Amino acid sequence: MEDMLFYDRLQFAFTITFHYIFPQLTMGLSLLIVFFKGKYLRNNIEKYNDAAKFFMKIFAINFTMGVVTGIPMEFQFGTNWAKFSELTGSVIGQTLAMEGMFSFFLESSFLALFIFGEKLMGQKLHFLTGFLVFLGSWASGWFILATNAWMQHPVGYEILDNGKFVLENFSALFSNPWLIPAFLHNQLASVVTSSFVVASIGAFYVLRNKQTEYGKLFLKTGVIFGLVSSLLVAFPTGDWNAKNVAKYQPASFAAMEGIFETEVAGAEIVLIGQPNMVEKKLDNKIAVPNILSFLTYQEWDRQIPGMDHFKKEELPDNIPALYYSYHIMVGLGTIFIGVMFLSAFFLWRKKLYNIKPLLWTIMFLVPFPYIANLTGWYTAELGRQPYLVYGLLRTADGISPTVSSGNTLFTLLGFVALYMLLGLLFLVLVGKTINEGPKPQTH
Amino acid sequence: MELFWYLAIAIVLTMFFILDGYDFGTGIIHLFFAKEEKDKEVITKSAGLFWDSNEVWLVAAGGMLFMAFPTFYASVFSGFYLPLILVLWLIIFRAIGLELRGQFKFQMWKDIWDASFGVSSLLLALFFGIALGNIVRGVNLGGVEKGESVYEGHYFFLPLWDSSFSPLSKTPGVIDWFTIVIGIISVVTLAIHGANWIILKTNSSINKKLKGVILKLNIVLATLTIFSLIVWKIINPNSFDNFIDKPYLLVFPIIYLTGLIGLFFVKKLKKDIYSFALSCLLIIGGITSSLASLFPILLPSVNTVNEPLTIYNTAAPEYGLSVAINWGIIGFILLFVYMIIQKRLMGGKIDTMDYGH
Repeated sequence: MEDMLFYDRLQFAFTITFHYIFPQLTMGLSLLIVFFKGKYLRNNIEKYNDAAKFFMKIFAINFTMGVVTGIPMEFQFGTNWAKFSELTGSVIGQTLAMEGMFSFFLESSFLALFIFGEKLMGQKLHFLTGFLVFLGSWASGWFILATNAWMQHPVGYEILDNGKFVLENFSALFSNPWLIPAFLHNQLASVVTSSFVVASIGAFYVLRNKQTEYGKLFLKTGVIFGLVSSLLVAFPTGDWNAKNVAKYQPASFAAMEGIFETEVAGAEIVLIGQPNMVEKKLDNKIAVPNILSFLTYQEWDRQIPGMDHFKKEELPDNIPALYYSYHIMVGLGTIFIGVMFLSAFFLWRKKLYNIKPLLWTIMFLVPFPYIANLTGWYTAELGRQPYLVYGLLRTADGISPTVSSGNTLFTLLGFVALYMLLGLLFLVLVGKTINEGPKPQTH
Repeated sequence: MELFWYLAIAIVLTMFFILDGYDFGTGIIHLFFAKEEKDKEVITKSAGLFWDSNEVWLVAAGGMLFMAFPTFYASVFSGFYLPLILVLWLIIFRAIGLELRGQFKFQMWKDIWDASFGVSSLLLALFFGIALGNIVRGVNLGGVEKGESVYEGHYFFLPLWDSSFSPLSKTPGVIDWFTIVIGIISVVTLAIHGANWIILKTNSSINKKLKGVILKLNIVLATLTIFSLIVWKIINPNSFDNFIDKPYLLVFPIIYLTGLIGLFFVKKLKKDIYSFALSCLLIIGGITSSLASLFPILLPSVNTVNEPLTIYNTAAPEYGLSVAINWGIIGFILLFVYMIIQKRLMGGKIDTMDYGH
């Protein structure tokens, strides 16, 4: 039984991690593509249109990867988490079915038109199809976050005698106080990723001294979008989410902040330190007193319950992983703000394109927003443990009763092998596309 | 309310097999009949432009099943664990085959992805048929051994095969000789459908030859259909009772027969679209007849201990189903609007279309 749970969790964690490399780019990038295309419609300068079409190629590769790795996510609810599906399907089936209906169809129908239909449709319609692709991909984020928000903070349900969750109030699913902050935080984080991708490709072109016109355009756009989005990710949306965790999942809050003991006169904020689960303390801790209480409640001496306050079975089951995920996300987010602020400053002073160390930094930072996005999701998901539906349905009670661990390990190994191949192909294709660069039109 | 969602899901699934069905069929035809690079390119393109918006129908069906019949979704997806995951992997190979072929110009690269597209399309068609075979044959619900359920009565787990390979076994596997026959029927049907699609959407040099292929495949299909009906009657003597009780259900087998008979005249039809429509009828008729013969059962039980899964004992409660109808109807309308827009803009032959790059 323990084995089954372990492999089911590992397979889900692996497949969702790999999957989320792609949508986090496509969601943000679709916004930037709409921006480039919209600019072109207004100023009629060809390079904006080239930029839109160039990033559409990158988008298309990511989209394909996102689709083929996304279908296993939907299916795994049934294959590996059958009991969970049976018990909660009447609630979260709503949001998942709506995702298929309202976002996937929109996205996939108009993507083909956006890629192939520029000549067929003319510029205005072409812009419109691009906008609809953007709308579809953000709608997808909305429905997934609505599903997740319900698992984090269940609302609008009733539990029957047989343990089944029954939907009682449909609109509550969308007025869930967890949803809006989580959605905005997530979408802005995906804009951060795509801004870094755009800026980093720009930095690459400028440093390589090829396609520099495009390089400068990408850098400028990436830095401006990147600065705004990394600021908004931290404040107000990140702050808002942290307050929600403190309010609705206090045990997770203590664990992710690394507060082992409750401090009466206000909680400190931990910057660095390693959780020592044996002695129940942080090793090598660097912390600033009272800041956490102030950030969370705007009161310096407000008491925040530490992990000693909760029973063991209420606390997340992997506290160090949760603590690190959260701190990596916050740490990286802070670095992003710093780098983007500096870049924006030099952009304003018209010096950015000549400051090589900064351009190298931007170029090599590109994996880190991906890591920040993923660790953000780990924070949400590890923080929800040991529950699938917070406080109500334990993770161990959600797995498929008939699928043995041997079968799950088999499919997990298969997924690992297959995704390695996909990852490799993905890098080759994206590398090739970036190397070729946006080509000016020849007609 | 259950009935509404049952019909809605049946429509979405049928749409999936009509639409993505031609992609699978195109893959099968491509694997066996496309020899020249020019043909290969245009044939892969005829599937490559559409596969992802077609595949969404499967995703939508999955989501709706999850919402409307959560117990069925949970039972079937975990019970058919291995074949389902295999299907997911094949779907990945099919998709990357189509998407990657054109990325590099050298022939070896194209050959690899052509094989990926063709072989996975063939296996997918086979697996979907086998899945249908399993659904009509039924499974050992509750994993009954010696008269006792091992799991809760609505759960099961099927091995890929049982040592007897027989549909009459008490513990049948996913693959037995009956489900294999249904699998082959599916491959043949989709191959016909794919051939029709290629004829309709391309000017490939094998179009003329393909009409002959359709004719031959149709003979195979007719034979296999009769054979499978006899076997089906043996496995489950009551399998045709629904049609006797409610004769109006016979409209579904008649749809299938129309398609089957019509396709014998493939060379005489005036327009390519007629022939394509006939293979659509084959798919519609095949799926709906199977579903109608089971109705209201969704998954029969091969033991007498546990009840079959029906649309009533696996459905979500009333409120959720009725509230979902509101957004479901809006969704369906939007969906058909997108489809019309897309088909209008991308209608006509692929090779004469101007993509603007």
